[in-house]
Amino acid sequence: MKSLMVSAAVVTAMAVVVPPASARPAPPAGPAQERGDSAGNSTLLKPPETGEQVYRQVCQACHMADGKGGTGAATIPALAGNPRLASPAYPIMLVVRGRGAMPSLTDLLGPPQIAAVATYVRTHFGNSYTAPVTVEEVKPFLPARK
Amino acid sequence: MQAGAGKTTRRELLTAIGMMGGTFALYQAMTTMGHAAETQFAGPPNLKGARPGASVIVLGAGLAGMLAAFELRKAGYKVRILEYQARAGGRNWSLYGGDTYTELGGATQKVGFAPGNYLNPGPWRIPHHHRTLLHYCKQFGVALEPFIQFNHNAFVHHADAFGGRPVHFREAAADFEGGVAELLGKAIDQKALDQEIKAEDKEMLLEALRGWGMLDQDMKYARNLRSAEHRGYERPPGGGVNGAPIPSNIFDFHDVLASQVWKNMAFFMNHEMQTTMFQPVGGMGMIGKAFARQVEPLITHNAKVTKIFQDRSGVKVTYKDTSTGAVSDAHADFCVCTIPLGVLNQIDKNLSPKLQAAIQAVPYSNSVKIGLEMRRRFWEEDYSIYGGHSFTSQDISLISYPNNHLFGDGPAVLLGAFASGLGGYRLAGMTPEQRIETALAQGSIFHPDSYRKEFMNGASVAWNRVPWTLGCCARWNEDTRKEHYQTLVAVDDRVVLAGEHASYVGCWMEGALLSSIDAITRLHARALEA
Repeated sequence: MKSLMVSAAVVTAMAVVVPPASARPAPPAGPAQERGDSAGNSTLLKPPETGEQVYRQVCQACHMADGKGGTGAATIPALAGNPRLASPAYPIMLVVRGRGAMPSLTDLLGPPQIAAVATYVRTHFGNSYTAPVTVEEVKPFLPARK
Repeated sequence: MQAGAGKTTRRELLTAIGMMGGTFALYQAMTTMGHAAETQFAGPPNLKGARPGASVIVLGAGLAGMLAAFELRKAGYKVRILEYQARAGGRNWSLYGGDTYTELGGATQKVGFAPGNYLNPGPWRIPHHHRTLLHYCKQFGVALEPFIQFNHNAFVHHADAFGGRPVHFREAAADFEGGVAELLGKAIDQKALDQEIKAEDKEMLLEALRGWGMLDQDMKYARNLRSAEHRGYERPPGGGVNGAPIPSNIFDFHDVLASQVWKNMAFFMNHEMQTTMFQPVGGMGMIGKAFARQVEPLITHNAKVTKIFQDRSGVKVTYKDTSTGAVSDAHADFCVCTIPLGVLNQIDKNLSPKLQAAIQAVPYSNSVKIGLEMRRRFWEEDYSIYGGHSFTSQDISLISYPNNHLFGDGPAVLLGAFASGLGGYRLAGMTPEQRIETALAQGSIFHPDSYRKEFMNGASVAWNRVPWTLGCCARWNEDTRKEHYQTLVAVDDRVVLAGEHASYVGCWMEGALLSSIDAITRLHARALEA
């Protein structure tokens, strides 16, 4: 039965116009994520590109529009006036690996976006570490592809 | 722990072990009847024989914490609960008209819904096999009603299909199945599968494809009254002169594939998503309220835990009263900690280094829900949509129609977004007003004539900004499960963690309850050992 299902999929794929295998989206890299309740759908959204777009569309959800974070039962750290941003490794490492409640964001952001947003937070919200963060600086933090 | 109770300890321990064995035996009995098991729940834990005077402090008055308190008190423990919020229930929560909610960052929303209307920011549907939750709903008097999970007449919308126009789920799903059946039939006919399938099975499969895919006698999926039985009619059957139905046109197969309707179809096949599903009458928060009625005298509200310290003599929890600022210590022999991991990670504590590492290793998911109150049920009156979901490729991901008070007059609240991933972050980063505006703009794709016209008011919850969780649910993956899960659930001397994060039913209330029962059963055994 398994071989039948596979064949059905292959036949379906052959009979209609689909991109060659190489152009099809690859399964996500890294360990398989579990999901709980979800919408049961996939969205088709234009990913953010510039540092400002990434900040507004991703980081701001937690770190707030003014970069000041917030405190309730625990604290979302402020990026505004944060001396740890002096080292580019700090924002890169957090975006790539996550920490505590913050997930790794590599499923949403590629190395150029990570470099752009690291540059953005290091040059806004009262931070003035003006040297742009480069993709080359991001690469060493990325997990090796399995 | 109390000295002098040693004489009964062994017997009590054996009782506890026997009880655990009994639970497992019952579970085995349930699973060996030849059916796939639907649940690990084998009834309430029935813990007995706590040492006289033994005490437990429970951190968090969500479902896991309140169930732990309820069952441990029955077992004879002195129990106390510390809760950060002024409300019990945790993520089991409904927002009603008159409620005020302030998110991290300070934005405050005053909910304007009419009486009886609500938004469930967190859990909103209960699978029929979540037996632990259903058991306690019945025991605590929570009335349940059907949650309409699957509606063929709702819409699917994908920006890359059908010119961006929504189509009925029924039409797209029927055409997907019909198209696949026809292609597979062709492959069999062209002997492409002769190596794969026996001759006698081939005939059965062809018959199945014809019947399942609504193919005609030539094994074609085409515009006719057969395909119309699945996808609907251009003119439906009627009475009298024009009673004869007229079939509908089938869609181009490219659009059907591009719509990714198969994802929605596969979603409905998930075990957690299969019908029958339920919701409490009056909002999901009714469950938290019912649990709270059982244990409310044990709860200290507005208590922000700042330190958890255990040693040979017991557990000391330091907490700050968020209304007065007063700092106090609470002492107990043992602790059940249900604080979400992202919050617990920031609390000063002397748990074992391995457990600290496990707590730090699990990130939290994002999710945004938006409730929109509409003047009238246009989806019912104008579209014949009664409950269920319309899916979209936009940020909001879906809109979902209310399952209660069907055919009612007056305002009703529909779910205007259930967003996660990038869409969830984008909506969370907005002000509450911008979220409502985005939800209206995107949801209008389904109901362009009525969506804005009938809108009255709305409310939103972005889980990234919920002050007492900093996220929606623990997000495990296969690596973190392997490295940290057993450490996370193990009793750490006098402390045990419980909650959805300490289960394999992550992000569901059932996971919180199953975790809680397992945690207190092991903690009880540990307490009798001590």
